[in-house]
Amino acid sequence: MNNLFVYLEVEEGLVADVSLELLTKGRSLANQLGCKLEAIAAGKQLTDVSMQVFPYGVEKLHIFEDDRLSPYTTLPHTSILVKLFKEEQPQICLMGATIIGRDLGPRVSSTLGSGLTADCTSLEIGDYDEAKSGKSYKNLLYQIRPAFGGNIVATIVNPDHRPQMATVREGVMKKEIYDQRYKGEVVEHNVNDYVSEDDFVVSIIDRHIEKSKVNIKNSPIIVSGGYGVGSKENFNLLYKLADLLGAEVGATRAAVDAGFTEHERQIGQTGVTVRPKLYIACGISGQIQHIAGMQESSIIISINNDANAPINAIADYVITGDLETVIPKMIKYYKKNSK
Amino acid sequence: MAFNIIVLAKQVPDTRNVGKDAMKADGTVNRAALPAIFNPEDLNALEQALRIKDQYPGSKITILTMGPGRAAEILREGLFRGSDDGVLLTDRAFAGADTLATSYALSMAIRKIGDFDIIISGRQAIDGDTAQVGPQVAEKLGIPQVTYAENVEEIDETKVRVKRRLDNGVEVVECKLPVLLTINSSANACRPRNAKFLQKYKHAKTVTERQSENIDYIDLYSARPYLNLTEWSVADVEADTTLCGLSGSPTKVKKVENVVFQTKESKQISADDSEIEELMKELIANHTIG
Ligand SMILES: Cc1cc2nc3c(=O)[nH]c(=O)nc-3n(C[C@H](O)[C@H](O)[C@H](O)COP(=O)(O)OP(=O)(O)OC[C@H]3O[C@@H](n4cnc5c(N)ncnc54)[C@H](O)[C@@H]3O)c2cc1C
Ligand SMILES: Nc1ncnc2c1ncn2[C@@H]1O[C@H](COP(=O)(O)O)[C@@H](O)[C@H]1O
Repeated sequence: MNNLFVYLEVEEGLVADVSLELLTKGRSLANQLGCKLEAIAAGKQLTDVSMQVFPYGVEKLHIFEDDRLSPYTTLPHTSILVKLFKEEQPQICLMGATIIGRDLGPRVSSTLGSGLTADCTSLEIGDYDEAKSGKSYKNLLYQIRPAFGGNIVATIVNPDHRPQMATVREGVMKKEIYDQRYKGEVVEHNVNDYVSEDDFVVSIIDRHIEKSKVNIKNSPIIVSGGYGVGSKENFNLLYKLADLLGAEVGATRAAVDAGFTEHERQIGQTGVTVRPKLYIACGISGQIQHIAGMQESSIIISINNDANAPINAIADYVITGDLETVIPKMIKYYKKNSK
Repeated sequence: MAFNIIVLAKQVPDTRNVGKDAMKADGTVNRAALPAIFNPEDLNALEQALRIKDQYPGSKITILTMGPGRAAEILREGLFRGSDDGVLLTDRAFAGADTLATSYALSMAIRKIGDFDIIISGRQAIDGDTAQVGPQVAEKLGIPQVTYAENVEEIDETKVRVKRRLDNGVEVVECKLPVLLTINSSANACRPRNAKFLQKYKHAKTVTERQSENIDYIDLYSARPYLNLTEWSVADVEADTTLCGLSGSPTKVKKVENVVFQTKESKQISADDSEIEELMKELIANHTIG
């Protein structure tokens, strides 16, 4: 009772990274609260899910296996969570701030009247004193998220309603194995006890989902381009440098919006969060929303022709100059000195 | 065939252009310094509604917005582009609402509007970026939702076929009516104001606006009833005040902080060959690269 639940996204038998990241966070929050970590998987091909999630410290895995539950549609997944939560009374429920989590979370929170905080960038446990009623609360979930376009950070709490629900974008939390040999309990539920025929009102006529080809999140080196790169052609310079260094290419929203590169490369508050060993920012001014997604990089190099670009304040190396001359020189001297 | 369409639209501060003076010294937002605009994805939602009406003349579009008195602007903007009616939901008791209390209030107003086949909202509002209100309104009304919609491909009396734009692909789904759709920014951009509608509706006002501006055209408003914008309070929509505004919001803001980043002592390098060569040598030597 009153445990911490994570909703798992499973596609073709594989648990999504964002769910594993949430399990890692959930494990540490559960330890702090002295409660159990439980997970829910609803869909098909779920046989291997337990093996994938137990090493993250899942104590109880709820399985809802039914072909009709995959691909995901809103209502049956909502019905499952709502009924399960009424039975289990969790104190916290975490979901990915993905297309699925952002469709499912609000529906479930509305049914349960529980409140939901979207796109949290940090989750902590703490106390809360309500000024108006004079009540104090112990061990609430602090749901910390950017607000107002990223210009401020707000800490949100749900004092009186359960579960405390939050969504988190992929890459924001770190994924870490808790114990490779850890084994929890599996509970197989009878799906028909949870969903009704009326839940299947949305039918999927056609579906084209492409696996993402870029993997900037796990790349140790990122060469990232901003609006200052100037054109799609100039982005080739970044690809050249990236190829040489074994790096991936990232981008700012301004660069993506200008059509210089693909959306999946966007780094920042509304893109992915990265923490590479080396981040080379080329023609990036360093607005709050971009920095939010890369500030934890170990080493940051900024190449900018404006010596006062805000990103320079968080950079380890500031190269002041035109990237069209600087990058070719970096390529040249890397080649010259690398073997 | 004709459809009753409700469009949910919000007036938001333009957080995309937050200038220096938009943040107060204490780190809070100076809302007054930000222009109030029609939430961008709600314009996409309006365009989708207008396209259905283009295809099925006789369809009726009602814009519903909850906000302070000046949010009546949104209703006029809708009329200038081809919507038929507007409702402003405004009351002190709605203030401080989180997404759940907002959804409750909107759903009560929708019940009062009554007849609808399809509700169209934006995917998310740029002031909160939560994307929760659409699905929560659908839940409160007990109707299905299709989020991340990009285009209504087909609609008939009983069902709708919708293309959804996902991060890594597209999905086409079919759903029975009534349904709520939330529209992505990748959908069709909204058409500009129409000169004829601008003429027709430029004096459209809510009761409060007429009173506060001391407009004395009683005859005008009785002769042209379409110039009266509907304004509803908590009582008008028979909402339970304990479920509205701050008291109806399960989430509370504990604190708000300015964003600060750790600044670093940085090494300054020029674009000279020798300095860049030095840098590359250093990065290779300390195994950052190579
Ligand atoms: C709600 C919200 C969410 C957002 N989410 C994100 C997000 O996830 N990710 C993101 O990146 N942004 C995001 N943004 C946008 C963000 O505010 C900035 O607009 C964006 O990051 C700016 O990108 P930029 O640095 O490439 O462009 P600019 O700010 O235009 O900077 C270009 C830089 O290039 C330099 N430059 C120009 N020419 C050259 C040259 N030849 N050589 C070297 N340097 C040159 C210029 O000096 C300048 O510093 C978001 C905004 C909002 C409101
Ligand atoms: N106060 C409001 N009045 C009318 N519609 C709203 C309001 N708040 C949110 N919405 C609708 O819900 C969508 C999502 O809002 P949000 O959950 O705040 O991101 C918006 O794009 C609007 O269509």
